[in-house]
Amino acid sequence: MIDVFISHYNYWIVILLMMAGFYTVINHGNLIKKIAGLNIFQTSVFLLYISIGYVDNGTTPIVAEGFTRYANPLPHVLILTAIVVGVSTTALGLALVVRIKEAYGTIEEDEIQEQDMIP
Amino acid sequence: MIEQNLSLLLVVIPLLAAPVAAILPGLRPPWLLALAVTWLCFVIAGWQLFTVMDGSIISYELGGWAPPWGIEYRIDAMNALVALIVAGIAAITMPYALLTVEKEIPRHQVPLFYSAFLLCIVGLLGITQTGDIFNLFVFLEISSLSTYVLIAMGEQRRALTSAYQYLIMGSIGATFVLIGIGLVYAETGTLNMQDLHLRLQPILDHRTIHTGFAFISVGIALKLALFPLHLWLPNAYKYAPSAISVFLSATSTKVAVYVMLRLLFSVFSSDILMIEPTEDILLLLGIFGVILASVTAIYQRDIKRLLAYSSIAQVSYMVLGIGMASNMGVTATLIHVFNHALMKAALFMAAGAVVYRAGSSRFEKIDGMGRQMPWTFAAMFIAGLSVIGIPGTAGFISKWYFVLAALEQHSWLIALVVLSGSLLSVVYIWRIVEVMYLRPATDTGLSVKEAPYALLVPMWSLVLANIYFGINTELTLNIADISVKLLDITD
Amino acid sequence: MKHDLILRVIAKYLFPVIALFAFYVLFHGEYGPGGGFQAGVILSVAFIFYALVFGMETTEKVLPLKVLRVLASSGVLTYAGTGVATLLMGGNFLDYGLLLSSKAAGQQLGILIIELSVGITVSAVMLIIFYTFANRRRPWEDHHD
Repeated sequence: MIDVFISHYNYWIVILLMMAGFYTVINHGNLIKKIAGLNIFQTSVFLLYISIGYVDNGTTPIVAEGFTRYANPLPHVLILTAIVVGVSTTALGLALVVRIKEAYGTIEEDEIQEQDMIP
Repeated sequence: MIEQNLSLLLVVIPLLAAPVAAILPGLRPPWLLALAVTWLCFVIAGWQLFTVMDGSIISYELGGWAPPWGIEYRIDAMNALVALIVAGIAAITMPYALLTVEKEIPRHQVPLFYSAFLLCIVGLLGITQTGDIFNLFVFLEISSLSTYVLIAMGEQRRALTSAYQYLIMGSIGATFVLIGIGLVYAETGTLNMQDLHLRLQPILDHRTIHTGFAFISVGIALKLALFPLHLWLPNAYKYAPSAISVFLSATSTKVAVYVMLRLLFSVFSSDILMIEPTEDILLLLGIFGVILASVTAIYQRDIKRLLAYSSIAQVSYMVLGIGMASNMGVTATLIHVFNHALMKAALFMAAGAVVYRAGSSRFEKIDGMGRQMPWTFAAMFIAGLSVIGIPGTAGFISKWYFVLAALEQHSWLIALVVLSGSLLSVVYIWRIVEVMYLRPATDTGLSVKEAPYALLVPMWSLVLANIYFGINTELTLNIADISVKLLDITD
Repeated sequence: MKHDLILRVIAKYLFPVIALFAFYVLFHGEYGPGGGFQAGVILSVAFIFYALVFGMETTEKVLPLKVLRVLASSGVLTYAGTGVATLLMGGNFLDYGLLLSSKAAGQQLGILIIELSVGITVSAVMLIIFYTFANRRRPWEDHHD
């Protein structure tokens, strides 16, 4: 039982990070913290991909003499793309937060909603 | 030589045009470029649909790498239909965009607006063309990111918060899809949809596959605004610039429906619906979506929000069709995808025209406007009839097929839901008629002119398409039939 | 930070090193970990560091926002343009093997062009993002002044 727990430690880290990020996105009213939570959430998925791409005793997937076992490079490439997507999402989200701050004077969700109540 | 590359050019041409539009000066040059590109795409998408109408499949290997290693574009009748919807609505929206954009978007942002618009088209068309599941995720994100930007360009400050809310929800959805793809990839070692389908069949009852499937479904459900994940949609559609409301309402949720169909029936297979309680969940959410969204639409005090809730109800019909997991149900869904794009685009164009003249979409500001803008109002009325499903309009055909599909499975409940959804839509369409035509314009005393031709012509061409496809159903039925035959559905 | 002598000297020496490392990552991408995206980010870091030490105005003299926009667009255009070029040579989109007479050499050239254009776009976009945030005036703080 404990073996299963330890040998799959990468999944536990992923689940922990994922839930921490997800909780932050849902729970926090501060728009910047929400973005930070979203980032953690996305990063946990990157970890999931990269850890499943690892091959026991495998080296960097670059052809060189004396090495025959390589880690699977495909998840890394996929995640590079996902990281780019994550960067754009973060930049766009932060830009929106700046604009919201300019328009409302606050970045707290409840205060923004209060202002929106008055038409 | 050009012919064999056309399916690829459909994605590459707007991709090339987007950065050019961003650096073109002034108001008109970016618009002209976008106009030319969207119409070119429309022609290509039309040709593509014509080619696959006989049930053949176009396969294109990017970089000359053979699938399943390389990325493959794989187009059958279903892809081609959805691509045609996206390209067609984009082409119709462009002439409409010129005036509304000049009015709603600050001058210096106009080139970037068209650039983002073109990128959104790239994303949506890419989703329809690709046969690679990770490539699909990338295109999904391209379209989503540009959509957030476009929504945030709305005039009111609430456009910003709506875009932010959509960004958070959309990113969570996309990340869910990414997790799902990762789990499925870990189990099968492939990303090509065809290859995935073959490798998934023997292991459909594995836990990892179920988990991956659940993640992907929830992610896509967020994108298609399936009840109860629909909360981002009404504000996003209301506060977006008019042209964007038109384009998004007609394409983005439809493309998400396509993704759901593609993943359910040609990557996994309808068997996965049998193993899990998925089928019941989809039907239940569909039923709730139709009824609750329609009822909510009745209580709206804003024409764009009303139409947005109506969109959620209409998408729920499509989910009902998917949930039935029968040939007939999916046929009905595909026909409705096409017809709903026509009617919602027409309705949002009319609403945009009202906003163009009245400056607001709230009911108290547009009292009696229908009498002052008879052509806009007539367009809205006919498209409204199509939403209700009056015989002679496109909406009738899809409603008819939903009822047939329900009766085929002896599911009286679903048939009843479809009919009561129609009755509820009578109520909310009547509310528009009441506000715009029957109420006196005393509150505002605003006197406005009819909308300009640049707005009326695209609007009426869609209205006429609504009537045409309500009478001549051969084309839509044919395509839906061929598409369904190529899917893996066990009745 | 304009008067901090140590920082200014170090920044001047570090700039070429960071930039050089960016190019190393870019051109070494075939033999080791690296590639256009990473190189682009590292190159933009060099400029961002420079801007932090010497101020936005000095940096914008070297790289105005307008130039960056053109660079960002041109990177995408080169990428897609390479694809279109291979189309015109009778192959599939991005089938670089056709670019030169031998397939291996063509693929090497092709991937270099692609990575280079990715690098240009990424570093330009990163800098545009940085400029946009750094140059944003803060109207909500004006009241306190």
